[in-house]
Amino acid sequence: MSHAADLPLWAAVLVAFFLVLGAGLTLIGSYGFFRLKSFYDRIHAPTLGTSWGTAAIVLASMICFSVLQSRFVLHEILIGIFVTVTMPVTLMLLGRAALYRDRAERNPDVPAMDPPKGSLTVSQEEEPSAGQDAAGT
Amino acid sequence: MSETILSVAVTAAQIMLAAAMAFALLRMMRGPRAQDRVLGLDTLYVNAMLMLLVFGIRTGSTFYYEAALVIAVLGFVATAALAKFLMRGEVIE
Repeated sequence: MSHAADLPLWAAVLVAFFLVLGAGLTLIGSYGFFRLKSFYDRIHAPTLGTSWGTAAIVLASMICFSVLQSRFVLHEILIGIFVTVTMPVTLMLLGRAALYRDRAERNPDVPAMDPPKGSLTVSQEEEPSAGQDAAGT
Repeated sequence: MSETILSVAVTAAQIMLAAAMAFALLRMMRGPRAQDRVLGLDTLYVNAMLMLLVFGIRTGSTFYYEAALVIAVLGFVATAALAKFLMRGEVIE
């Protein structure tokens, strides 16, 4: 790491902070993905790593190379934009695939495809229950 | 001074990312459903991409950036194709 000696102290501290932040968030997300019980819980956890985990490490890389080469090195932001745009698409596809399978197997834990008649016309006062709400959307 | 800070931070980040990859791999091997395995593979892709970015900071070379970008693109395509296969039974209809 001979190039690291060329970094000024403030840049090194900033890069170190963003590196540890991003890697820590990614670790928390992956641990949650390993630990949580059902698939619909687990699908939320890795997004920690793909949102701020990726953003922080990309920021650290951008700061490091911008200071080292004394010009703006911003092409790393492409990775951040790409991951941010594509991750919801894959997760939505996977979630719909899981929901489709659960409905095909008539699993009672997921809301049914057709909500029962009258369940969507809820009066103003009472809160719709979670199952009906998910089935209506 | 800045070299010490940076080397400690890079090493810590690499250890944490390796642990994250291990968790994703464990879930991918264990996962009770097929969707868990696909999601584990996707998480593994993202973690490997971040690991390559950290390697780039460690060595100070910009070549790791291209590899990380390729991994991100391939990970998206692979996961989208696998999710489509799980949903429809075919990738290209």
